[in-house]
Amino acid sequence: MSMVQLLEVRNLCVEFPSRRGTLKALNDVSFSISAGEVLGVVGESGAGKSLTGASIIGLLEPPGRIASGEILLEGRRIDNLPDEAMRRIRGREIGAVFQDPLTSLNPLYTVGRQLAETIVTHLPMTWSQASQRAIDLLASTGIPAARERIDHYPHQFSGGMRQRVVIALALAAEPKLVVADEPTTALDVSIQAQIIELLKKLCREHGAAVMLITHDMGVIAETADRVAVMYAGRVVEVGPVSEVIHRPSHPYTAGLMGSIPTLDGHVERLVQIDGSMPRLTAIPPGCAFNPRCVHRMPRCTQERPELMPAGATRAACWLHDQAEVA
Amino acid sequence: MTIPMHTARVADPLVRVEDAARWFDVSPPWLERVISRKPRVDLRAVDGVTFDIGRGETFALVGESGCGKSTVARMLVGLYGLTRGRILFEGQPLDRMTQPGGKAMRSRLQMIFQDPYASLNPRWRVGRIIAEPLKTHTQMTPRERVARVSELLTQVGLDPADQQRFPHQFSGGQRQRISIARALAVQPALLVCDEPTSALDVSVQAQVLNLMKDLQRRLGLTYLFISHNLAVVHHVADRVGVMYLGRIVEVAPRDALFAQPRHPYTRMLLEAIPDMHGNGKARTRVAGEVPNPLNPPSGCTFHPRCPHANARCKSEEPKALAAGLSVVTCHAIEEGRIS
Repeated sequence: MSMVQLLEVRNLCVEFPSRRGTLKALNDVSFSISAGEVLGVVGESGAGKSLTGASIIGLLEPPGRIASGEILLEGRRIDNLPDEAMRRIRGREIGAVFQDPLTSLNPLYTVGRQLAETIVTHLPMTWSQASQRAIDLLASTGIPAARERIDHYPHQFSGGMRQRVVIALALAAEPKLVVADEPTTALDVSIQAQIIELLKKLCREHGAAVMLITHDMGVIAETADRVAVMYAGRVVEVGPVSEVIHRPSHPYTAGLMGSIPTLDGHVERLVQIDGSMPRLTAIPPGCAFNPRCVHRMPRCTQERPELMPAGATRAACWLHDQAEVA
Repeated sequence: MTIPMHTARVADPLVRVEDAARWFDVSPPWLERVISRKPRVDLRAVDGVTFDIGRGETFALVGESGCGKSTVARMLVGLYGLTRGRILFEGQPLDRMTQPGGKAMRSRLQMIFQDPYASLNPRWRVGRIIAEPLKTHTQMTPRERVARVSELLTQVGLDPADQQRFPHQFSGGQRQRISIARALAVQPALLVCDEPTSALDVSVQAQVLNLMKDLQRRLGLTYLFISHNLAVVHHVADRVGVMYLGRIVEVAPRDALFAQPRHPYTRMLLEAIPDMHGNGKARTRVAGEVPNPLNPPSGCTFHPRCPHANARCKSEEPKALAAGLSVVTCHAIEEGRIS
C-alpha cells in the first residue's frame, strides 16, 4: 500500500509483568485503518480488544506496557510520545467513547462546560464561541432542547442521552479517528440502535474514521466496513465485514458466527466451540486456538500461523497456507 | 372481549399467573414526608400480569431494563410477595410454600441467576454448594449426597472431581453450569432462569443454551426464561411474553411473534435488533426512551413512543384481546387501525 494509512498498528505487543513472569496480553497485533473507514474489532472477553484500543489512545493502565511494535497516526509514531504530547493528540486527533458514559463525564460540571472546555483546549476558539459550538454539537446528537440541556449535569440525563453527550464530546475537536470501546453494551436494544445510527451519521459528516470495539456481531455487521477478529491477544482474521460473517476462513471465526442465535430460520442446536479461551498464563504453543479447533493438524501445535490470504480475507490459520495447498 | 382465551391461557398449566402485581414502597422517610408534606410513593414494578406456563414448555419474558421481568421471576419463586393477584403452581396458590408443609412445593421451583459470580458462595466448595438443597429437602445420607452431586456434575458436563474445587477456579460458563446443577439437585419441575447467559460470551452462551435444551428434553423441565436478548429468546422459547413498564403487552407463540409482531412495542423491539446477515433493510429508528416507572404515562403506558397513539390511548388503559394467535393489549389493534 503506497498511501499512508490513517492509523497503522505494527506488531504491537503489550505485556503485564507479574510475579509469575511476564504475561503477553497482546502478541504481534497488526492492522490499519484508512481515513473515514469503520473498522470493527470483535472477540470475547479477554481477547485483547480493549487493550488494543487503550494502547492507541495512550491510556494503557500500568503495569501494562507496550513491549514492542509501533502505532502510527498518519505516518507519525504516537506510541512513544511523552504524556504531554499524547494529551494533545488525544481529543484533538483521536476521540474516545467508552462503555460507561458516567465514567467519561465529570459529575461536578455541567455538560456544556465539559464540551466547551474540550473545544477551547484543542481549537483556537474563545469561550463564548466554544459554548455556541457546544450547543450545536449537542443538538446534532439529537438531544432535544440543547440550549437548555447544556446547563444540566450528567446525572440529569438518562443512559442513552449521556452516551450522546459522550459522542458529542469525542467529536468536539473534529478528530480524525474515534476509538469506540463497547459504546452500546450498557444500553437497551432500542437505545442501542439510536446510538449506533448516531455514531455512524456523525462520523460520516465529520469524516472521522472509527475503531469500533464490541463483542456484538450484529452491531459490527451493521456498522463496520472491515472487521478484525481477535483471539487470545492476536488478530486471527481480518477482512471485509460481509466476507468475515458469511465466509469466515478461520475456524474460530466460523465457530463464533455459528454460536450466535439468529432471528431468521431455526436451528435446534447452536454451533458449539468446546472449551474456553486460554488464560494468559497458559497460552498453548503454536496456534492459540489449536486445543479447541476441529481442524487441528500436527503443525498447529508447534508453529504459530501469521495472517495470510484466505479467500477474500486474511486469516492466521495453517489451513490456508499456500505452500501446503500447492 | 372479556377473558383472553388464546395463547395467554393453556389447558392444565404448570404455572398460572393471574393479574399479579408487585409494588415497592419507595416513599421518603416518615419524618421527611410529614415535614415537606410529600405523599407516599409506590414503584409499580409489576402491575397486573397474566400468563400461563404449560408443562414442559419454555416461556420467555422479554423487555428492556426496568420493565419488571426480573421482578416476575422473583415473584414466581416466592422471593417477593404479591401486592395483588395470585400465582398458582400445579393448581396450588404459591403462598402455600411458606406455610407448614410447603417445603415440597419449594423444591419443585428452582432458580438460576444472571451473575454466576455472585450467586455461588465463594467460600464453599462446589460439592457443598450443590449438596445444600439436598440437605434441606431430602433425607439422603452424606454418602448418597456425594454420589448425587457427582451425578449432577456429570449431567451438566463437568467432572465429578470438581466437587473439591472452589467457584473462583471456574470460568463464567462453568459457574453457570454449577448453578444449573444446584438447581437440578432436588428434581424441580420448573426452572426460573433470570438472564442465565447475559454475563457470558457468545461461544460460552451457545454451550449453556445447548445444555439447557438437552436437559429440558431429558428431564422434562419447564423453563421460565427471562432475557432482554430477542435472538436468544427466539432460539429457546416456545411462547413469548413481551413486557413494558410492568405489564405484558403481548403474548404469542414464538413463530407467530417473530413472523407477525402485533403490538407496536413488539414491532419496535424487533426492528431495533441489528441484523447480522445484512439483508440491507434499514433499521427503523426507535423514538424516545422508557419513561420513569415512578411516574408512568397515563392510559397505555407506551403511548408517548407509539406512532399509532390517539386521544383514547392517552386516557384509557387498554385491555387484553386476542388477535390471531397473539394476545395483545392495544387500542389501535382493537379498533382495527393496525392489524
